[in-house]
Amino acid sequence: MKDFRIIQAMLAPLARRAATDLTSLTRFVTAASRRPSHSVRRAVATTASAAMADDKFSLPERYKGTEKNIWVEFIQLALEHKPLNLGQGFPDYGCPKHVTEGLAEVMHDPNLLLNQYTRGYGHPRLVNALAKLYSGLLDRTIDPFTEVLVSQGAYGCLYNAILGHVKPGDEVIIIEPFFDCYQPMVKIAGGTPVFVPLRPRQDAAARADGALSSADWVLDPAELRAAFGPRTKMIILNTPNNPLGKVFTRPELELIAELCQSHNALCLSDEVYEWMVFKPAEHIRIAGLPGMWDRTITVGSAGKTFSVTGWKLGWAYGPAKLMHNLQVVHQNTLYTCSTPLQEALARSFEHEMSLMGSPECYFTSLANDELRPKRDYMAQFLTDCGMKPVIPEGGYFMVADWTSLDKSKIDLSPYTPGKPDDHRFVYWLVHHHKLQGIPPSSFYSAEHKKLAEHYIRFCFIKDDKNLEKAESILKELKKSME
Amino acid sequence: MSAMLAPLARRAATDLTSLTRFVTAASRRPSHSVRRAVATTASAAMADKFSLPERYKGTEKNIWVEFIQLALEHKPLNLGQGFPDYGCPKHVTEGLAEVMHDPNLLLNQYTRGYGHPRLVNALAKLYSGLLDRTIDPLSEVLVSQGAYGCLYNAILGHVKPGDEVIIIEPFFDCYQPMVKIAGGTPVFVPLRPRQDAPARADGALSSADWVLDPAELRAAFGPRTKMIILNTPNNPLGKVFTRPELELIAELCQSHNALCLSDEVYEWMVFKPAEHIRIAGLPGMWDRTITVGSAGKTFSVTGWKLGWAYGPAKLMHNLQVVHQNTLYTCSTPLQEALARSFEHEMSLMGSPECYFTSLANDELRPKRDYMAQFLTDCGMKPVIPEGGYFMVADWTSLDKSKIDLSPYTPGKPDDHRFVYWLVHHHKLQGIPPSSFYSAEHKKLAEHYIRFCFIKDDKNLEKAESILKELKKSME
Repeated sequence: MKDFRIIQAMLAPLARRAATDLTSLTRFVTAASRRPSHSVRRAVATTASAAMADDKFSLPERYKGTEKNIWVEFIQLALEHKPLNLGQGFPDYGCPKHVTEGLAEVMHDPNLLLNQYTRGYGHPRLVNALAKLYSGLLDRTIDPFTEVLVSQGAYGCLYNAILGHVKPGDEVIIIEPFFDCYQPMVKIAGGTPVFVPLRPRQDAAARADGALSSADWVLDPAELRAAFGPRTKMIILNTPNNPLGKVFTRPELELIAELCQSHNALCLSDEVYEWMVFKPAEHIRIAGLPGMWDRTITVGSAGKTFSVTGWKLGWAYGPAKLMHNLQVVHQNTLYTCSTPLQEALARSFEHEMSLMGSPECYFTSLANDELRPKRDYMAQFLTDCGMKPVIPEGGYFMVADWTSLDKSKIDLSPYTPGKPDDHRFVYWLVHHHKLQGIPPSSFYSAEHKKLAEHYIRFCFIKDDKNLEKAESILKELKKSME
Repeated sequence: MSAMLAPLARRAATDLTSLTRFVTAASRRPSHSVRRAVATTASAAMADKFSLPERYKGTEKNIWVEFIQLALEHKPLNLGQGFPDYGCPKHVTEGLAEVMHDPNLLLNQYTRGYGHPRLVNALAKLYSGLLDRTIDPLSEVLVSQGAYGCLYNAILGHVKPGDEVIIIEPFFDCYQPMVKIAGGTPVFVPLRPRQDAPARADGALSSADWVLDPAELRAAFGPRTKMIILNTPNNPLGKVFTRPELELIAELCQSHNALCLSDEVYEWMVFKPAEHIRIAGLPGMWDRTITVGSAGKTFSVTGWKLGWAYGPAKLMHNLQVVHQNTLYTCSTPLQEALARSFEHEMSLMGSPECYFTSLANDELRPKRDYMAQFLTDCGMKPVIPEGGYFMVADWTSLDKSKIDLSPYTPGKPDDHRFVYWLVHHHKLQGIPPSSFYSAEHKKLAEHYIRFCFIKDDKNLEKAESILKELKKSME
């Protein structure tokens, strides 16, 4: 009887917690069934203290596994070694003057309310400009209030789309290589990623000169078909693709469109590099394909469009029914974005839209006049030093095969053992030649990292003098290998 | 049958309802009806595919959407939503313009994810001084998209399914949906006007008269309590929690191993003799407190949408993880400008020119007193706030026989209907404070209306004449 009351007293706190902490109660009962009563007391004490230990303030389950981030690692590496940094993707020279001047003007505007709260789903002047722009490009009338959402960068829009649509148990197809944030966002939403890799094709190269091109990296249609199933909620498409620079062709998009429709799945199309496309490649918006407007959410970026990655404004557009879910996530996460930045961005859009079709329009001059020469220059000096670049059709990154260098002169052993070779090569290059790239295996799922091991990613939206510095560093590297 | 069953069976792991409906229908009806039952079931299942995930259900409606819409339709004098309608300190806007002309072009490119170095250094320095401890700018300070975004990071970063979160009412409306999204259960503890002698010598109602019942607060804490959310100064009441009140909260947090999430966005808007006390500075509390601040409120630029959280590294880690997976980094130029403005004001700290003191003493106090006076004159009973820039007033002392609420939002609490009445009849807009209460406690707020007084004097004067008209119309 005494034992019963003792046990009951010990049980009470565990029972109260049992709805959320069944483990502790189970341990206690198991212990009690096996041992005499003084041991039971000890078992309870051990159980209780284990339950009270630091697990209380640990990360919630949904975030476990998302703590590490490659940018933290490589920004740290750059801080320590101060290399010529062609790693993280941002321009190190100026944006169009009207962009920065525009924000300065907003600060001097007599309308003081431009520094106060604006409409939650997007500043009216900006959503109107975006709706007008994309209505023209898609040849349909897009409603600025129900079909356009402005959030904290394209990153924030991807978050709104994934968290707003992916339910526990849903599958999300991610084409590899992928921008690293897609995977943790799917996990946080409780979804399961299904990876489908791009691979360099084995037959004839796309380019007439025989050089490798991002166009040579293709999906296996059978593999893509097999990835779609009854649990598929969404496929995430990134075109132009980071890091390859691949610009998906119409037939490739049509296959994705066909599968989305037959499986009633959404397409989340990350098109942040939409204006960085090198002729003859052409950016095609999957939302404009037949049957796709109703099941596509497209994401864009002010940072990439106007070369101001630090402004962190992005947008998503799509049918009202689907956009509603993004609005709900947005209003519960951060509610509204910066008014002055949105006002300035609206003015800059109006300016460029008045120039559309002309060569002065930044939407065309950025790719044609600024980036293309830099791309070609980088491809040439990477080739000269012995690497094999994959010429991108879009974007501002280039991956290059470094394994054509003399491997006997590259000792990777001191660097990040256990990691894929490209990761170790990035460290080697920083230590030996003070030049930083990013390992493309970071953009692959665990099971496919080997596909990227031979490559390194460099960013070419850099001032010419920095590209020239890169060229001399690589000339040195070549010399050191002779 | 097998062909019809196959798609439902494949989905059954996540959609048992549809399969069950099918089987139930099949067991009851002849085969052509079964086909129809299946078709209905299938289309119902398909429509549900793009519905909101469970975690967001119930969070779609938002009072701001409703009242911004009301204002758009009727164009009243708007003393509803809280933002200044006049200028911020000149160095703030000038600062951002200067950043645009800075030769350092990288000020328009990505900065550090957890907060621009110059800004987190300024914030760490500021709060280190105020809390008399050394705060590490890199591991103990996080900058996010407004205080709103920081609250999100804190709640989503710490609340697990099954956790309880104590919310003191009235509360800023976003706390409740965020707790729901995290899978937590809110436990509401209301502030109530006390029955004994009012705090103010002149007998007028004060936010200091609104207090918690200590026994009720104690009872709210339990083994599942993860967190209590404190907002001081409080929106909408303007209550500034006293040291004894904070000490009780601190005692309960420690005895229950719970966190305190302290929303202190109005920290600089405190009217003497009230004093803003940071609970993170109380004994034993640094290690279990996350404090949130706001650029929009500190510098009167609500449209800049930058906020920060500070606390011990172990707790802040969780906020960093949520932040890096949600939006990764905030605007560089805004953070740079804000850092410069902080440095400027910090060099003036202690002097009357410092905006951190002049805002409350020179600008807001007179506006507060003016509003209290014209609300009293027209027959309402204002609750004088000790802090913040909102004032609630009891409108039920007006002649109710002259106020016909019947056409307005039937079924809603009376304050909600009164706000509509006031907009329709007198083109003046406030916010119903019952919006800041849980469903079970909305009655506590029905007699009040909330007005914002951080408005240009000419607009406050307009409000006074509108209310004079109202009074006349009731005679």
